Amino acid sequence: MMSRDMTSPDMTGAEPTVRAEQVRKSFGRLEVLKGIDLQVEQGDVMCVIGPSGSGKSTFLRCINHLEKIDAGRLWVNGHLVGYRQKGDKIYELRAKEVAAQRREIGMVFQRFNLFPHMTTLENVMEAPLKVRREPKATVRERALTLLDRVGLADKVDTYPAQLSGGQQQRVAIARALAMQPKLMLFDEPTSALDPELVGEVLDVMRQLALDGMTMVVVTHEMGFAREVGDSLVFMDDGAIVEQGSPRDVLSSPRHSRTREFLSKVL
Amino acid sequence: MTDTASRGPTGGPSAVPEPEAVKAIPVRNYGRWVAAVLAVGLFAVVVTAFGRSDQITWEAVPSLLTRDTILLGAGYTLLISVTAMVLGIVLGVVAAVMRLSPNPVTSSIAAFYVWFFRGTPVLVQLLLWYNLSLAFPTLTIPGIYSADMNAVMTPFVAALLGLGINEGAYMAEIVRAGILSIDPGQVDAANALGMDGRLTMRRIVLPQAMRVIIPPTGNEYINMLKTSSLASVVQFPELLKAHDNIAAGSLAVFEGLMAISIWYLVLTTVFSIGQHFLERRFARGTDRRRTLIERLLANIAPKRVGAQTR
Ligand SMILES: Nc1ncnc2c1ncn2[C@@H]1O[C@H](COP(=O)(O)OP(=O)(O)OP(=O)(O)O)[C@@H](O)[C@H]1O
Ligand SMILES: [Mg+2]
Repeated sequence: MMSRDMTSPDMTGAEPTVRAEQVRKSFGRLEVLKGIDLQVEQGDVMCVIGPSGSGKSTFLRCINHLEKIDAGRLWVNGHLVGYRQKGDKIYELRAKEVAAQRREIGMVFQRFNLFPHMTTLENVMEAPLKVRREPKATVRERALTLLDRVGLADKVDTYPAQLSGGQQQRVAIARALAMQPKLMLFDEPTSALDPELVGEVLDVMRQLALDGMTMVVVTHEMGFAREVGDSLVFMDDGAIVEQGSPRDVLSSPRHSRTREFLSKVL
Repeated sequence: MTDTASRGPTGGPSAVPEPEAVKAIPVRNYGRWVAAVLAVGLFAVVVTAFGRSDQITWEAVPSLLTRDTILLGAGYTLLISVTAMVLGIVLGVVAAVMRLSPNPVTSSIAAFYVWFFRGTPVLVQLLLWYNLSLAFPTLTIPGIYSADMNAVMTPFVAALLGLGINEGAYMAEIVRAGILSIDPGQVDAANALGMDGRLTMRRIVLPQAMRVIIPPTGNEYINMLKTSSLASVVQFPELLKAHDNIAAGSLAVFEGLMAISIWYLVLTTVFSIGQHFLERRFARGTDRRRTLIERLLANIAPKRVGAQTR
């Protein structure tokens, strides 16, 4: 592993946006990821499904280095995530460099995680203002455009506590987009929502996909996966059991564990 | 099935009978009445005892209240309590952040600080600072600075260090509890946006922790207003010391103590009100119950407070 040349992992044309090779991760003695291999091409939407505890969230968090991987390699846009390679040696990146890498990657959480002490607009403007130090007028304009795009132009001065779950999640999406990321990670963005609010969030995500955003989406919304996903990954027990086009995996799963899981959720 | 339902679908809203108002006889709390009467009686006895005592010259109290020395003392009490509290808050935030650091050395130092300064009496700490010259006759920072310790360790400096550093140990625990009360998802969200640890702490964690930190900090400050009277032992001329200075040459000792008590009450009351407004400022974005003062204000200026409800 170490001796292979990792600086130019792809020989054939465009760099994939995400590339994972044998990614492993343990929490203490519990091995949560047991060698994940996958690629997400630029502009693609990859959906990830799997039972609870299979490591979906953990893998997503590894992609923007919220969790450190223990083994394997993970690249985003051709850069090793969280590390720098010089010759045979791997160096950990400084906190500032990790933060810089994360600016290219947006993340949307199951529980929204909006900043409750800031208004909707302040939530969206915070990172471009404080992290990228862009001029306030530019940021404000972009934030307003984004909030309009997710249908919340009239909620600009509202605090998160006064928004419905669906509205909060749409703000969270706008907040992530405000940093103009090249990749968006979604961790069960609709799981905490009342059923009637799921649609409005999926609509925003569908539009984002149409606009060409590269996305990795952990979801239980099979309809969304089938319609919007370019590929579908089924994870179980820390490993990828099956992957392919959503239509194939969902309608004719090859693996018995996939069939078993799908029979429970469909 | 209810009555209204049995009347069939044609029965419009007018067909629904007004529900009968509840006219119940409230539970009578006789015990509460007895307790109230007893309390009022006892209070009256104490007040008249003080009022009747011919050993207390009440007429002397108002003039004592405004004696120059006492006024100056009140000013010094305010000065030392504010500066010591500021020092305490700064040290507390630093110690709390250090305590939560993954670096074991940093967090142990913070733990030691809290352990030492919470574990020894503040009165002793004040005397230790004041008498530091016994251990270090000269204060020396090699190559930069050197001075006679007694000249540096003035009553004010001793009081400031004694009270402030002690307060920092208590504030550290309060701030730490505030930081720990924040959902880790907030830190994840901030990190995912590319915010580094410092920015996350300053913009996301601490502002939210304030809601948890401010109420006990207000209590700490009110305590500090009163504890600052201990600074009299290091000759700092705050209220108690000011009183001491006057009382030495007068017979109005009790009256003087009464006068400075009134000053302490004025100061603590004013700051309780200030604390209320501070708490409201940091409750932004959360549902909040209206406090006593807020309801009082609502009676005086209903519009102003009404506009606060978003
Ligand atoms: N910080 C952590 N410390 C210890 N164990 C963890 C931690 N985070 C996750 N785990 C464990 O790792 C395993 C995988 O968790 P993960 O959250 O990735 O699963 P998931 O597939 O996202 O499940 P779900 O569908 O319930 O969200 C679980 O057994 C979980 O308990
Ligand atoms: Mg999960």
